Amino acid sequence: MSDKIIQITEMNKWFGDFQVLKNINLEVEKNKKIVVCGPSGSGKSTLIRCINRLEEHQQGSIIVDGNELTEDTKDIEKIRAEVGMVFQQFNLFPHLSILDNCTLAPIWVKKMPKKEAEDLALQHLEKVQIADQANKYPGQLSGGQQQRCAIARALCMEPKIMLFDEPTSALDPEMIKEVLDAMVNLAKAGMTMIVVTHEMGFAKEVADEVIFMDEGMIVERAETKEFFCKPEE
Amino acid sequence: MNKLNFLQPDKNNLYTYLYTGVILVALSIFIVFLNSFFNKDIVSFLPGPISFFLPLILGFTGLHLIRIDYSGLRFLDSINKNINTNNFNAFLSLLIVFIVIKSLPPLLSWFILDANIAGDSKDVCTGSGACWTYIKIWFNRFMYGMYPNPEQWRINLSFIALAFLGCVGFFATEKFKKYLTLYYVVVYPLIAFFFIFFFISGGPIFFDFSYGIIAAVISIILGFFIPSKFKMYYFIIVPITLYILLKYVFFYEELIELGKLEALEWVETGAWGGLSLTFIVSFFCLIFCFPIGLFLSLGRRSDFPIIKYISIGMIEFWRGVPLITVLFMSSVMFPMFLPEDMFIDKLVRVIIAISLFEAAYVAEVIRGGLQALPRGQYDAAKSLGMGYWKMHILVILPQALKLVIPGIANTFLALVKDTPLIFVVGLLEIVGMLNLAKTNPEWLGFAMEGYVFASVLFFIICYAMSKYSYNLEQKYKTER
Repeated sequence: MSDKIIQITEMNKWFGDFQVLKNINLEVEKNKKIVVCGPSGSGKSTLIRCINRLEEHQQGSIIVDGNELTEDTKDIEKIRAEVGMVFQQFNLFPHLSILDNCTLAPIWVKKMPKKEAEDLALQHLEKVQIADQANKYPGQLSGGQQQRCAIARALCMEPKIMLFDEPTSALDPEMIKEVLDAMVNLAKAGMTMIVVTHEMGFAKEVADEVIFMDEGMIVERAETKEFFCKPEE
Repeated sequence: MNKLNFLQPDKNNLYTYLYTGVILVALSIFIVFLNSFFNKDIVSFLPGPISFFLPLILGFTGLHLIRIDYSGLRFLDSINKNINTNNFNAFLSLLIVFIVIKSLPPLLSWFILDANIAGDSKDVCTGSGACWTYIKIWFNRFMYGMYPNPEQWRINLSFIALAFLGCVGFFATEKFKKYLTLYYVVVYPLIAFFFIFFFISGGPIFFDFSYGIIAAVISIILGFFIPSKFKMYYFIIVPITLYILLKYVFFYEELIELGKLEALEWVETGAWGGLSLTFIVSFFCLIFCFPIGLFLSLGRRSDFPIIKYISIGMIEFWRGVPLITVLFMSSVMFPMFLPEDMFIDKLVRVIIAISLFEAAYVAEVIRGGLQALPRGQYDAAKSLGMGYWKMHILVILPQALKLVIPGIANTFLALVKDTPLIFVVGLLEIVGMLNLAKTNPEWLGFAMEGYVFASVLFFIICYAMSKYSYNLEQKYKTER
């Protein structure tokens, strides 16, 4: 029980009258890599945005690292600090340099001393291989570099879980590989990851489980090997 | 020799077209020049309408002839590209040149040639031009209003000191850069207020310098023996305690004579005026309206209904009433609601009124910037564990404010130009002083000079502000 880091039970969510998520049950164990796929509009993004409460769910319960997400969760910021997220559109802060993008949250949210935060940031930027761009602004970088910086920024908070919301969908084909490489390295280092993606190669290589969603429901959930060898439908 | 086609000039006979065209244009300008400067109409032998339009026709034909693409002459190409791209632009260019030539002589003669500046009474102004003597004699009043002449050094000194303190930002070293915002938002306005209250106004000094200096010296000496960990608290608590002890417990009379500052003469705000008052009112209104507007704009987007509707109410109320009525209310109606013995200075009331009024505009400008930010920025900030205030201060506002620099500059310029309206409550800044001066029986009939003078001053102030805002825009530009 203790190694279930995310527990979603009987979760429902509506946007107005439209039900986006129907009766979602999902448990994620520590250090597992889960890939979520499915046609667009099937609620994949909404599902992982619910996990750090960027979207609110209306029914059911979501428990992240022992804390239930409810309307009156006072410490939602603390839970979010434990859950890193990478977006489709990168969402880097354009007014800050790459290094400042990475040190902003550790300094102001975790109260880390500036020097320490910068060392940590450089270390993570080194891992995604853009340490040499640290003093540039996001607008001066290519899409792939920006997305790798976004990964480094999330890692600087030293999260327990990483959520990826279609991290390669907005990239040119030749840039996809460099981002996927960074993610594979991260997976090999043992991070708990939930990845919404259409990159089946990536899923085959690193995922422990694959979830297929359609019309707001989890249609199939299987170990990676089974998923690709003998799909249910 | 190639065949000449005057309807379609081409490169083959480049110089033929060029010389003809240039001669025609030069001729047209020469005719207008003679007409304007020497009042001579050399084409008067022609029938009326033709002689009137002749320069235009000549110039137009000339420009048509020299409009040759890729002529290879750099100067000709640049003229063609900039003022002579097609018939319509050629026509407009000619018209502008003619209007400038036409309007130069009267302007020159009014401003300089026929103007008077010598002497010190109305009688010297005999020419048909401007009477700058009037500005010269009244200059003091235009700058300081009714402020007594022997005391005007106080205004000068305060303004120079504040200007120097305002420039601190340019000289700050990297180490102190992070405190600059705090300095400009909190410390600098406070210093400015103290200068104006104690120095320009000559407000009563509650602080007794003799005791203050003794308390400071003793606490600094004792400070050497205090461990550095407690130094901050020590230097806040001990001097104040010592000061109170000295003043009220140990000596009450003996030391007063030692270092007492001679009190300055009290000058009430009704006597302030002129350009210095324009500066004072604009400065404080700019400083106050910005934070108020910021909070109103955040409040309007808040999730809490009470805050939201209070903000909407404030914004819509202040935007819905004319400034002149707000000023009138603040001066006439507001005191009626105050308790009998309470008194708030007229100038303070006016500054509060203008600040609230402009804050509503600033709020809407900033809201525009907030709405321009993509939702992803909010998501990213939240996903990194930032709360409402951290998210806004670190991520949202720096970007939103950068976007709305032109809009804020717009509002601030409007504010500076709205200050003359304070004449309705009897405060006379520079335009108010002009109105007063032009109705002085000894100086009747010089309204024009006064308004030109005020326009020039306002233009300098506003142009400087607009330049500065443009510099800020460039400075914070981080996009490619």
